[in-house]
Amino acid sequence: MNAPPAVRRTPPGPLDYLGRWPIRTWLILVVIYLYAPLITLMAFSFNDSRRNIVWRGFTLKYYAQTLADSDLITAFANSLTIAAVSTVVSVVLGALTALLLWRFRFPAKPALEGALALPIVVPEICMGVAMLVFFTQIVRWPTDLIWPLNLGAIIISHISFSFSFVAIVIRGRLASFNRELEEAAKDLGAGEWRIFRDILIPHMRPGLLAGALLAFTLSLDDFVITFFTSGPDTTTFPVKVYSMVRFSVTPEVNAASTLLIVLTVALTAVALRLQGADVARAETGEGL
Amino acid sequence: MNTGAKTIIRFENVTKAFGKVIAVDDVTLAIEEGEFFALLGPSGCGKTTLLRMLAGFETPSAGRILIDGQDISRTPPNRRPVNMVFQSYAVFPHMSVAENVGYGLRVDGVATAERARRVEEALALVKLEGYGARKPDQLSGGQRQRVAIARALVKRPRVLLLDEPLSALDAKLREQMRSELAQLQEKVGITFLFVTHDQDEALAMATRCAVMNRGLLQQVATPSDLYEYPNSRFVADFIGSVNLFEGRLVVDEPDHAVVAAPDLPTPVFLDHGVTGAHEATVWVALRPEKIELHKRGEGRPAPALEDTPKGHNQVAGVIRQIAYLGSESVYEVELEGGRMVRALRSNLARRDQEDFTWDEPVWLAWHACSPAILLS
Repeated sequence: MNAPPAVRRTPPGPLDYLGRWPIRTWLILVVIYLYAPLITLMAFSFNDSRRNIVWRGFTLKYYAQTLADSDLITAFANSLTIAAVSTVVSVVLGALTALLLWRFRFPAKPALEGALALPIVVPEICMGVAMLVFFTQIVRWPTDLIWPLNLGAIIISHISFSFSFVAIVIRGRLASFNRELEEAAKDLGAGEWRIFRDILIPHMRPGLLAGALLAFTLSLDDFVITFFTSGPDTTTFPVKVYSMVRFSVTPEVNAASTLLIVLTVALTAVALRLQGADVARAETGEGL
Repeated sequence: MNTGAKTIIRFENVTKAFGKVIAVDDVTLAIEEGEFFALLGPSGCGKTTLLRMLAGFETPSAGRILIDGQDISRTPPNRRPVNMVFQSYAVFPHMSVAENVGYGLRVDGVATAERARRVEEALALVKLEGYGARKPDQLSGGQRQRVAIARALVKRPRVLLLDEPLSALDAKLREQMRSELAQLQEKVGITFLFVTHDQDEALAMATRCAVMNRGLLQQVATPSDLYEYPNSRFVADFIGSVNLFEGRLVVDEPDHAVVAAPDLPTPVFLDHGVTGAHEATVWVALRPEKIELHKRGEGRPAPALEDTPKGHNQVAGVIRQIAYLGSESVYEVELEGGRMVRALRSNLARRDQEDFTWDEPVWLAWHACSPAILLS
């Protein structure tokens, strides 16, 4: 008796499911859900209508207007400056804090670790009010200084919350460090500073980069805390957009926001590219 | 072993305490130039602490450590003429193989051309020519270890320290690395000091071993002396497999001795005297491969041993367990009274393992020169 030829359909592999229409539909819906608002915002920046409610035709004039709006440009420059300075300071401070907590044992260590998480858990509005009180009652930061020193209050408040994010990211990275690497370097003749430069910093590099990206974006889009610490001459981009929206959502707002989105995406791409180049360079054995 | 060679490392009454735990207890030990020396012991016996004190990562609580007659107990690790191969190899992941090997020279400020030449030399020594540009994550575990060895050897240390050098390798590679390490040591002529918990490893590679237990040095001897002439029950049991019988020294003459052990129906006869008090409690250590198996039954008399008086060194038993290991078989034999004795028999011919079977009555016999007498 001949057995019938076995016709067995091979079950789909895990990635094959993406080819099935229900899954595909679901995927498309999720993507729409995530990006529809952003795409709408971008699309309407090209809308030739002052009221910006219905589509009237394509135009670039609002971009021209945005770029000509000196207040907006100033706010934008302020935002970038604040983000850049607070990123650099937060990364240095955060890295040092992470090293301190990782490397040493000292009496107040648990307290310090707890305090480090505070800026992350305290509601932003409270931080904002606290900063406001601090900079008006305790340390009055003069607002009539020349640019960019007049941004000092905002920069300080940004550092105060972003450095703890940086510290936590780098701390996590340090936890995976093999202490024998340090001992090996020491065994081969390296002193503490040399070990720090040659062994520890390279190990921390992904954490430093991730921390910097985090600090930069946190600073760039912070509204609440900045709102309380900015003055009439020191508005940042998000605060400026908010004040524009209070009158009406004009295509200028859309155009400005689109520019910001494009900039952020570009910066992220550059950062990822740099990281990739770093890996590639290391693989060919150059550098050092 | 280079007898008469000069002492390179000397531990003088070295003690290391971590709080209340004494990791190394009053160790005095001299290691000679050119030796391949093993520190052997179970985990937690203090061998790694001893090695780390020599490397400089721990400081002795008491005592001195000398290298070439100089006290280096307080010298930081980066100023000692020793280099270490770490258990995890600790190859720097962000550097290429060549950069790893050259790191110590770079730190020392050796010129680039000279450095490149010595790195090439070191890589050739560990058979990694042409791997200089690779990154550690492109290497196998065995190759990473070679990088770690080259990195340490390139600095031409007085002593190369190896912390559990073979424990992370798989069985086949381990066997291969054993002989390679021994060859390498012979070629470079540098004193090697390695730590291991694996007695096979120590016996196979070392010219001399120190056995440690609970921070104390138990015995320092060549591998064969450790195996054949252990000085304590701990060493006898730790090195290889052994049958231990507690007994009393009943006869103690210069040329022979007899021990009565309650577990053995017949007394144990030895072809040498024991310097112990008469009637003292001693332990007889008998290695499984030194016990002969003979058939027992109707018409089969007890085996005669030419060097032993009748009625000694032979006991009757029944085979209870057989472990067939290919090249040899291990037999667990139950004596009258219930004591189990392990005997080992080489399978010299193809069907040798079929000679004995389960529940077969047998004679166990051993020569007068086989047992070791232990006083502690």
